[in-house]
Amino acid sequence: MNFVSSIVLVDIALLAMLGVVAVAIIRLKSLFAIVMLSGVYSLVSATWFVAMDAVDVAFTEAAVGAGISTALMLGAMLLTARRVKTPDKAGARRWGPFLAVFATGGLLIFASTDLPAFGDPNSPANSYVGKDYIERTPSEVGPPNIVTAVLASYRGFDTFGETVVIFAAGVAVALLIGFGERALAFSGQRSVTPEPVSPDDHHMVLRVVSKLLIPLIALYAFYVQFHGDYGPGGGFQAGVIFAVAVILNALIFGLSETMDAVPAGAARAGAAFGVLLYGGVGVVNLLNGGAFLDYDYLFETPAPGSYDPHHWGQHFGILLVELGVLATVASTMIVIFYAFAGRAPEIRDEDW
Amino acid sequence: MPDYVLSHYNYWVVIVLMMVGLYIVFESGNLIKRLVGLSIFQTSVFLLYISLGKVAGGTAPILIGGGHGGDKSHGGDESHGAEGAHAVEAVDAHAGGHGGAHDAAHGAEHAAEILYSNPLPHVLILTAIVVGVATLSVGLAISVRIREAYGSVENDEIRAADISLGEAEETAA
Amino acid sequence: MSWFAEYLWAPAALADHAAALIVAAPLIAAAAVAMAPNGRFAWVMTLATAGFCFWMALSLAGDIGRDGLVSYALGGWAPPMGIEFRADALNAMILLLIGMIAVLACIFSLPAVEREVRAEKRPLFYSAFLICLAGLLGMTITGDAFNLFVFLEISSISTYVLVALGASRDRRALPSAFNYLIMGTIGATFFVIGVGFLYAATGTLNMADIAARIAVMEENRAVHAGFAFIVVGLGLKAAMYPLHQWLPGAYAYAPSFVTVFLSATATKAAFYALVRFLFSVFNPQTFPFAETLLVWVLAPLAGIAIVACSFQAAFQTDVRRILAYSSVAQVGYMLLGVATGTALGLSAGMFHLLNHSLMKGALFMAIGGAALYAPCSKLTDLAGAGKKAPWTMSAFAVAGLSLIGFPLTAGFLSKWRLLEASLDVGWMWAVAIIGLASVLAAIYVGRVLEAAFFREAPEGGPDIREAPLLVLAPLWTLAIMNIWFGIDSSLPLGLAQAGADAVFSGVYALTGSAP
Repeated sequence: MNFVSSIVLVDIALLAMLGVVAVAIIRLKSLFAIVMLSGVYSLVSATWFVAMDAVDVAFTEAAVGAGISTALMLGAMLLTARRVKTPDKAGARRWGPFLAVFATGGLLIFASTDLPAFGDPNSPANSYVGKDYIERTPSEVGPPNIVTAVLASYRGFDTFGETVVIFAAGVAVALLIGFGERALAFSGQRSVTPEPVSPDDHHMVLRVVSKLLIPLIALYAFYVQFHGDYGPGGGFQAGVIFAVAVILNALIFGLSETMDAVPAGAARAGAAFGVLLYGGVGVVNLLNGGAFLDYDYLFETPAPGSYDPHHWGQHFGILLVELGVLATVASTMIVIFYAFAGRAPEIRDEDW
Repeated sequence: MPDYVLSHYNYWVVIVLMMVGLYIVFESGNLIKRLVGLSIFQTSVFLLYISLGKVAGGTAPILIGGGHGGDKSHGGDESHGAEGAHAVEAVDAHAGGHGGAHDAAHGAEHAAEILYSNPLPHVLILTAIVVGVATLSVGLAISVRIREAYGSVENDEIRAADISLGEAEETAA
Repeated sequence: MSWFAEYLWAPAALADHAAALIVAAPLIAAAAVAMAPNGRFAWVMTLATAGFCFWMALSLAGDIGRDGLVSYALGGWAPPMGIEFRADALNAMILLLIGMIAVLACIFSLPAVEREVRAEKRPLFYSAFLICLAGLLGMTITGDAFNLFVFLEISSISTYVLVALGASRDRRALPSAFNYLIMGTIGATFFVIGVGFLYAATGTLNMADIAARIAVMEENRAVHAGFAFIVVGLGLKAAMYPLHQWLPGAYAYAPSFVTVFLSATATKAAFYALVRFLFSVFNPQTFPFAETLLVWVLAPLAGIAIVACSFQAAFQTDVRRILAYSSVAQVGYMLLGVATGTALGLSAGMFHLLNHSLMKGALFMAIGGAALYAPCSKLTDLAGAGKKAPWTMSAFAVAGLSLIGFPLTAGFLSKWRLLEASLDVGWMWAVAIIGLASVLAAIYVGRVLEAAFFREAPEGGPDIREAPLLVLAPLWTLAIMNIWFGIDSSLPLGLAQAGADAVFSGVYALTGSAP
């Protein structure tokens, strides 16, 4: 009953907060508030993930959902509108969505009665493949963080696909808003130059503090990257954190200055490089006679029946693909941020 | 009955959250708000998956003292009373040359001592989170372009703009 | 089929890994193409990659023809721990189709993209196309339910942007792409919910393994709900009525090359996945509710789709919208065949799927080719096009006749087979619907042909000219296939039949390791 008393209380409290936030979003009209609450929703979810032992997921949700997503939504909001308009709705259009959602939810709740009990260690989900990963990772892959082993090795192709999804998003955003006369990021124009720093500038504190923080954030990204085998973390989280360092720099010191330090072209190349590195590891495995992404074949064709207690192949394979993920995620996030931030807004005062 | 509720309420709350997100997508006419609804819907599905992988009394799926040359810096292992096993493992690692069977035995032993939550849903949801942010950024970029082309991000106004130009032929909702 | 297999056979080192390479090659190439210095260079790389994928598809088809099933463990991890690519004759058919259409569409893309996409965007545009191609191939070949979701999203995200790029011609591409994004994401999330319920019930994500484990759970509500959500999610992607609302706008306003490729492949890959879940994962023989769903939900929806969307097509004034609504109706035909639940019906549906790709690819390609120099697709704009662009528009006429189901075309044979399948299960209503819809198809195709061939071009109308050779070559390849397969259908019908037989003989199922 220890489990019930502690985890369940945290669980109920966090879920209740999520419910309040979600319902509040329905009612709100200010896009700024909606976007902020959406970030809060992600952050509370991340806390809940920790309570559910999903530390890697929590880390990612906090960095991606609460961090980058919110920043992108704010960027898009600056380029579109500040408030939601309320059109008059006829009865069918008001009740249609409600009924559709009610029916779907009803079906789900009906079905959930046959789901295994929450926390059941013997449920099919927790006793079959999931348990095998826990038992076999030490002898087959190596890293103590099983999530890293499954992510990068057992289900490495999913992760390759995921890297390409991020890359695709970068390509998509660049194609949509990265070109043309309104885009500063790719046309080589300079964006609005930041005002000269004067002693009474109210950004002074921000500038000094962030000057200290930005290198530390970048350093932390690399810690998260290389510690991913042993604790929560890995390429995705590290990539997002690294991108955040660049984004923070752009917010405080101006976009054009940041684009001088990290050029848009370099970011695009970095995104492509990450995918090529990940795919390249797979091709090397093929050339050594293994299956695609079989890291045991990273350096050479293992002799039949041999066993490498150190799993060097797996170790370096995971290291390399995680580096690929880092490169693609960090670069793509920077490309996407540049595209949004470099788009000249065509928004009139009355729209605000 | 209370036991049954206690073992399933989690799913029900998560389903309600999913439906709130879906409702925002269907109900709102504002493109940005619809995207927010979509991401709440997706995040709530993540909650469902993570619920499935929770093991009562379990801990995060990071092997304590397991693995090769395992880093000793991860926090939290002391609290599980595993210092003994931990030390033994470290000695083993220094001795070197031990085979995989030995290691597997250790892994299994630890798995039996310490309950770990299921790592597979975590991996799946990591993937899904990343897919979610990719979709979101593409949706936002399209909204920006719509704002530039139509001067609005409200569904009704976009449709009205097309109709007023005589262009709209039953644009899909 | 064997004659080209002799010459095009891949060396064993490649053939052994064809399953992985067919997906990995375009994924890797997409990153390289994004860095290409100009559009021409990117096009050459893209064409080479598409050709490579087609080659790998041929190699896989050869292997499957020999062994019945190809299973590839990615990362060397045996399923269900690792991700498995698992392909039988049904996959082989779709892979061949996507590979072939990709090559033909890619040839067409050089002149089309130079007209419709700005120079500096072209490398990224081709990169997005390759990502989409890889996603569709991955959806078709993967044997892992969650991996299917990843590929579904890979293809979807690239599709949204490819559609949105039509905005340089018509701003309505943007809201269309946005609607597609919202509906597509809801569909994909429904699919994930469904997979989650199946995972909760079985503990595995491997599709063949799920099939083996749920075979004893026919009363489990979580399994039922998982099934329902997967069908809705994939149905959305396959434009199954009434979840098709995203399709007309997306096809009508996308760049013409994108429409050619998507209309011939995107819904097809999703439709394949739907069939795989309907028959190989949820076997209707062990799941009474799956059969109920086929007969009482999918079959009526198919009938409504065929009639309603054929009517809507007949009332459109824009040729691309006519063809788009017709596409939804054609998905109805395929679904009708599948819903009979027999091997005959499935092979008829799959045969129609192949033929529909050939005709819609040709039709959209012809419209894109005729309007290459003057972006237009209104019926009135096409008046007299038959005289100005005789080769282009006669290919349109051939494919149009095939769409109607005129004898001596491929469309006739697949509709005939659908009639046979309907009669086989005693569905007289389906026979009536196919007859009615063929009349409607004759009306909507006839309107275009009438405008193109029997009306005089108006003064000052759009500048419609004969399409260049790079359009005519792939266009006539498709048009000739429509006639060839109408006379000698042994190749496509053989593929479709082998696919249906493989599904019903349970080749896909796990052997010997039932829990």
